[in-house]
Amino acid sequence: MSRLNALLLGACGALVSSAALADAVSGAVQKQATNWAAIGMFVAFVLLTLGITYWAARQTRSAAQFYTAGGGITGFQNGLAIAGDYMSAASFLGISGLVYLSGYDGLIYSVGWLVGWPVVTFLIAEPLRNLGKFTFADVASFRFSQTPIRVLAACGTLVTVAFYLIAQMVGAGKLIQLLFGMDYMWAVFIVGALMIIYVTFGGMVATTWVQIIKACLLLAGASFMAFMVLVKFGFSPEALFAKAVEVHPKTAANGVAGANPSAIMGPGSLISNPLSAISLGLALMFGTAGLPHILMRFFTVADAKAARKSVFYATGFIGYFYILTFIIGFGAITLVSTNPEFLTDPAKGLAAIKGGSNMAAIHLANAVGGNIFLGFISAVAFATILAVVSGLTLAGASAISHDLYATVVKKGKANEQDEIRISKMATVVLGVVAVVLGIVFENQNVAFMVGLAFSIAASCNFPVLLMSIFWSGMTTRGAVIGGFLGLISALVGVVLSPGVWEAALGNPKGSAPFPYDNPALFSMALAFGGIWLFSKLDTSKRAAEDRAGFLPQYVRSQTGIGAAGAASH
Amino acid sequence: MAAASVEKITQNPKYQELVRSRASLGWMLTVVMLVIYLGFIALVAWNKPLLATPIGGAITTWGIPIGLFVIVSAFVLTGIYVVKANAKYDTLTRQIVEESK
Repeated sequence: MSRLNALLLGACGALVSSAALADAVSGAVQKQATNWAAIGMFVAFVLLTLGITYWAARQTRSAAQFYTAGGGITGFQNGLAIAGDYMSAASFLGISGLVYLSGYDGLIYSVGWLVGWPVVTFLIAEPLRNLGKFTFADVASFRFSQTPIRVLAACGTLVTVAFYLIAQMVGAGKLIQLLFGMDYMWAVFIVGALMIIYVTFGGMVATTWVQIIKACLLLAGASFMAFMVLVKFGFSPEALFAKAVEVHPKTAANGVAGANPSAIMGPGSLISNPLSAISLGLALMFGTAGLPHILMRFFTVADAKAARKSVFYATGFIGYFYILTFIIGFGAITLVSTNPEFLTDPAKGLAAIKGGSNMAAIHLANAVGGNIFLGFISAVAFATILAVVSGLTLAGASAISHDLYATVVKKGKANEQDEIRISKMATVVLGVVAVVLGIVFENQNVAFMVGLAFSIAASCNFPVLLMSIFWSGMTTRGAVIGGFLGLISALVGVVLSPGVWEAALGNPKGSAPFPYDNPALFSMALAFGGIWLFSKLDTSKRAAEDRAGFLPQYVRSQTGIGAAGAASH
Repeated sequence: MAAASVEKITQNPKYQELVRSRASLGWMLTVVMLVIYLGFIALVAWNKPLLATPIGGAITTWGIPIGLFVIVSAFVLTGIYVVKANAKYDTLTRQIVEESK
C-alpha cells in the first residue's frame, strides 16, 4: 500500500466537476511515477487488439468490409460494440467523479445520455439500415440532390468528430500521464498511432472487436467494483447512502455530520436554470441519435431486425453501466474520501482527492481490489479511450472517402480500391490532426467540446436525418439551409455561452451574450423550422423530384426491399 | 425501385397494416419516453425539493427510485418495441416481400 501511495503521490490537480459534463479530463495534472501493473495489463490489451487487427486486415479487402465489416456482425455483438463505442472514459471516470463530488447530480447526466437510445430504436435504426450502405449521409441524401446533402452531412460529421476527438485526445493524454506516469506528448502519440493502425489495417472489423473487448472489460471491471462496494454495506443501498451522507462535506451543516442529507441525495446546483436544463436534456437525448460514429454501427449488421436487436442490447448494457457508475461514485465517497492514503491533504477531506475527482473510480479500484485491480481499471480506462477514438476516426474517414470523394468528387463512379485507399489516407491524416490538436489544446479547458459535439449532432445531423426519413415534403434546399442553420447556430451558441465565453475564453463573468449553457433547444428549433420553411417555399424542379422520391424511399425504409444485404463471405 | 412495384406494394393491405401499426407504436413509445424524461428534467428544473424528499424516515430520497425508473423505463420501452416488432413486423415484412415478387 505504501508503494501505491508513492505511485499516486503528487497527482494533485484541478480536475474538478466540469470534466464530467463533457467527457474530458481537464486542467493541470502532474506526472505520476510509473505504474508497472497498469502498463503490463495495457500492453496485454494492445497486443491482443493488434493480433485482432492483423487477423481483420487479412479479410478486409472490399469497401463493404472496410466500412461495415461486410454486414457480418450479429445483433448481440453489435450491441456490445455500440456500448463500447458510447461508454467513454468520461462516462466512467467523469460521471463517477461527478457523483463523488455532488452525489445525485451525476445521475441526471447518466439518464440524459441513456434516453436517446429508445428513440433511436423506435424511429431511426430500422429505416437507417434499410436505406443506407456505409454512412448516415447515404440515408439523408437518399432521394435528394447528392452533392449538397453529402457536403452538409460531411460537414456535420467532421465537425462533430473533430470536437469529440479533441476532447478524447486531451483526456487521454491527461489520463495516461496520471495513470501510467508517461509524458503527455508520448501518451497522445501512442493513442494516435494505435488508432491509425487499428483503422487503416483492420477497418470496421478491427474497430468493432476493439470496442467489444473494451465493453466486456469495462462492464466486468465496473460490476466488480460496484459489487465490492455493496458487499461492504451488506447489499443495502440505504446503508451506503447513510454512510455517504455521514462523511460527505456537503451534507454537514453547522459542523454536524449528515445534518443536511438532501445536498447529495437530491439535485444540487449543477442545473439551476430551467431552460438550461431542458436545453441540455434535448442535446443529450437527440445528440445520441445524430452521432455519426454511432449511426455507422447500424450498417455492420445483416438487416433491420439485427439493427433493432443491437440497440436493445446496447440500451441494456449502457443503462446497467450508468447504474454501476452511480454506485461507484457513492462507494468512492465512503471508501476513498475517508482514507488519507487517497487524499493530498487529509485535513481537507473529500475535495483533496489525489488527481482530482475524475480519479475517484480509479482510487476506489485500489480501495476494493488492491494494486492489481487498480492496474486493470487503469488499463481499461485507456482501452476505453482507444475504442472511442477508433470509432470516431473511422466515421470521419468514411465521410471524407465515401461522401466527399466517391460521391461528390467522383460522382459515384469511384473505383472501389481507390475509395478504400482514400479512406486509409484520410484516417492517417485525421490521426495526425488529432495528435496535433491534442498537443495544441493540452493546457486548454476542453470540457465543453463533447457538449458541443452533442449539440451539433442534435441540431444538424439528427434533424436532417429524421426529416429525410419521415417527411415527404422535405426538399434538397430545405435540408441544406435547415441543416446549416442548425450547425452554425449550435456552434455560435456554444461559443457565446457562459461555459466557453467566460470560463474558457476568460471574459468577465456575466458577459456571455448567450445566457444558457447549451444551445440545443434553440438550434434544434432553428434547424427543424428552417427545413420546414425552406422546403415549403421551394418550388424548383429539383423539389418536385425530391418529393416524388419519397414514396419509393418510404417503401424501402419500411420493408427493406432493395436494401444492401450482408456482404460477408 | 420500379414505380409499378412500389404501387403494388403500397396497395398490399399487409403493407398498409405494417406501416400503420409500426408508425403508431414507434411514435407512441417515443412520446412516452419523452414525457418520462422531460418530466424528470422538469422536476430537476422546477421541483428539486420533491426529488430530495426522503422516503419514509430513511436517507434514500424519492429522487433515487425516480431516476432508476427513468433508466429502467428506457430499457423496458425498447424491449416492448423489439418484442412487438419481432413477433409481428418481421412476419408481415416477409410476406410483403414474398408477395411483391
